Amino acid sequence: MLSPATEAELSEIVAGATGPLRVMGGGTRAIGQAVLGEAVSVAGLRGVALYEPGALTIVARAGTPLAEIEAVLAAEGQRLPFEPMDHRVLLGTTGAPTIGGVVAANVSGPRRIQAGAARDSLIGLRFVDGRGTVIKNGGRVMKNVTGYDLVKLMAGSWGTLGILSEVAFKVLPAPAAAACLVITGLSDARAVAAMAAALGSPFEVNGAAHLPDAGQTLLRIEGFATSVAYRAEQLAKLLAPYGVVKVITDAAQVAALWRDLRDVKAFAGRVGDVWRVSIKPSDAPAMAARIGGEVMFDLGGGLIWALVPVGTDLRAQLGDFKGHATLIRADAATRARIATFQPEAPALAAIAAALRAQFDPRGILNPGLMTS
Amino acid sequence: MDMPSPDTRILSRKSRIVERLAAALPKAAVIHDDAEVRAYECDALTAYRCPPLAVVLPSSTQEVAIALQICHAEGVPVVPRGSGTSLAGGALPTADSVILGVSRMNRVLETDYDNRFIRVQTGRTNLSVTGAVEQDDFFYAPDPSSQLACAIAGNIAMNSGGAHCLKYGVTTNNLLGVTMVTMAGEILEIGGAHMDAGGYDLLGVICGSEGQLGVVTEATLRILPKPEGARPVLMGFDANEVAGACVSDIIKAGVLPVAIEFMDRPCIEATEAFAKAGYPMCEALLIVEVEGSPAEIDEQLALIKQIAQTHNPVALREAQSEDEAKRIWLGRKSAFGAMGQINDYMCLDGTIPVSSLPYVLRRIGEMSKEYGLGVANVFHAGDGNMHPLILFDANKPGDLELCEAFGADILKLCVEVGGCLTGEHGVGIEKRDLMSVQFAPEDLEAQMRVKDVFDPDWLLNPAKVFPLATSQSRRQRDFAA
Repeated sequence: MLSPATEAELSEIVAGATGPLRVMGGGTRAIGQAVLGEAVSVAGLRGVALYEPGALTIVARAGTPLAEIEAVLAAEGQRLPFEPMDHRVLLGTTGAPTIGGVVAANVSGPRRIQAGAARDSLIGLRFVDGRGTVIKNGGRVMKNVTGYDLVKLMAGSWGTLGILSEVAFKVLPAPAAAACLVITGLSDARAVAAMAAALGSPFEVNGAAHLPDAGQTLLRIEGFATSVAYRAEQLAKLLAPYGVVKVITDAAQVAALWRDLRDVKAFAGRVGDVWRVSIKPSDAPAMAARIGGEVMFDLGGGLIWALVPVGTDLRAQLGDFKGHATLIRADAATRARIATFQPEAPALAAIAAALRAQFDPRGILNPGLMTS
Repeated sequence: MDMPSPDTRILSRKSRIVERLAAALPKAAVIHDDAEVRAYECDALTAYRCPPLAVVLPSSTQEVAIALQICHAEGVPVVPRGSGTSLAGGALPTADSVILGVSRMNRVLETDYDNRFIRVQTGRTNLSVTGAVEQDDFFYAPDPSSQLACAIAGNIAMNSGGAHCLKYGVTTNNLLGVTMVTMAGEILEIGGAHMDAGGYDLLGVICGSEGQLGVVTEATLRILPKPEGARPVLMGFDANEVAGACVSDIIKAGVLPVAIEFMDRPCIEATEAFAKAGYPMCEALLIVEVEGSPAEIDEQLALIKQIAQTHNPVALREAQSEDEAKRIWLGRKSAFGAMGQINDYMCLDGTIPVSSLPYVLRRIGEMSKEYGLGVANVFHAGDGNMHPLILFDANKPGDLELCEAFGADILKLCVEVGGCLTGEHGVGIEKRDLMSVQFAPEDLEAQMRVKDVFDPDWLLNPAKVFPLATSQSRRQRDFAA
């Protein structure tokens, strides 16, 4: 495995590569077909380069462990807004997730519904393209429209357009208090309606999930203590027509509950493949019925996690729908047979291929990862 | 600011090009009369003007596609235009270009409160998007100061911000999907009502690409429930440094105000004379606004005032009524108008790390003396997006050039302290030739490669964003018609 210690070394490795490269951060989010190629790990590019709590900005080298970033932020009462999922729980992987991996996979969690995904908080980055050229885009300030936004393009490109060396984020204050409202026994349709009512209220709900098998619909609010108490009360009133609303106010309990939801812990260690289906929230009940297997709703219904029998081609089973389905967990044989990402419309696929050819003309960066 | 000389081969084919457009589109959609095209000779960067070859005002995505197919076949540059409010010259034509304006496409196509989005044609103005949903207590968050006039098309092209983006983000954070027509006339659907688009984030790179990758004709926008209420507090300080430190302390304390606005003494004096908002005379003034229920607002403002007190404010005034809140905002909102009363001005838009605020303001003051031109500073302090207004006399020979040189020096200073040339206005022609101050040649090359993918012939808004010398070889390929 190649382990550059600096961006310059990374650049030399890519420029001098004679065959495909398998790009690695912490190696905890390996999805899709196995990439054949020499492994390049950015774990050696490590450390927080700049953190200004008063400006809500942090800059770190791509190989910095996510845990280190979170600890540095927590010490100042701040956090990453997008609540990145820890894939180790669901995928059974080991190792330390890196901040570069979070960006490469555009990882987010339940708070995505209010605070956006990783790409929404990402304000700058540096990367090495397929030629070995070091390129920077964005910067360390949160309002920046100078030139094209390659920051967004790189987020979620899974190392196929370049290898990240440094990333910069806008961060937010961590809340002083949190509460979780729980309604039990709702049908999928009623649950989605209840979540829509909550998300359409001014009470700043930043988590909205529904667990059909547990029979629970969950809503999270965070903020100053008096504010959380007030909003919980208002929301409970608003949601009274849907059933009895129980309010959990114990901070540790609320945190643990949403961490498990974020990490899809309910499907961890169980037999079956796991899919992530992104849709319009109100389509969720019908979509869940079409999936048939065990499901969990996040993002108010906009995201369905599905546990289906091993080898199921869920995409083929669903047929045409508005949104996309991603195969997150399956055995090697299934991953080799079924495309990981939703195939794009031909015109968009052509643009994606042309972008790859521009940024990685030799096709050596994680070849096939996004196109299999 | 130079623009490339028009291609005489295109100018000589004007009648043929206009005929083809007129034959394929409704009669009222094509404007080519010399007097009529003059209405499109500039945008809000009025110092630069050039009538276009022709103007096309389509009524549908299909008509946009037809117009682009013809221009593509004829090798004619196309300059997309929303409402023409760009301060950066983003919609400035060249004599050999066709203006493609989406102003007639202003309908709401779909409103969905359950899924919290609205789908509109992009000629619709920013404020009228909120106007379409506010009766149901929703709003569209990005609020550029030109929101009464500016179009969603331009907001997407420039990735517009506003005063409230500290909390709600900018256009790119509120854009879910687009219908876009490429220069070749192909209609693309990207994203939609679902939250994440699959594949590469094309939506993210289209937003802010200044009309150089395609013409966005429809947009799916995120709408949000209106907060229960909002209330500002006004505070005055006897030094810029102190106001800057106060901003930093407020943010560090865990409060996330929806807006933090900053005005310096020259700006306070000018707006006070103009709007009589009752501002205290001091070196620096902050307006901090928070949202929520009355009790939530009380709690946040109490904390903010407590922090402000530690910085010995010379004034500290919380709005006690709707009327007082309006008065607090009155001066800020009329700042540009006030400056316009006393002088011509150029509005800059650099962003700096908030920690560099005192240093940057001091340097701007020093440069102001060196150049002999006054500057007033008004800006979004929470996110470091500055709007220095340089005062000059447009009728005095050489003053515009002097002002531009001063502006360039301020923007270089923004980059030097770790910031950027433009926070929300865009590069356009205004900052085009400064791009090499912020970016290395390979950084610009990577961006231009994206344009190569979407518009290989470099016909869409070609002389913008990149320094002319840098983009020259791409722009000057030969188009045999």
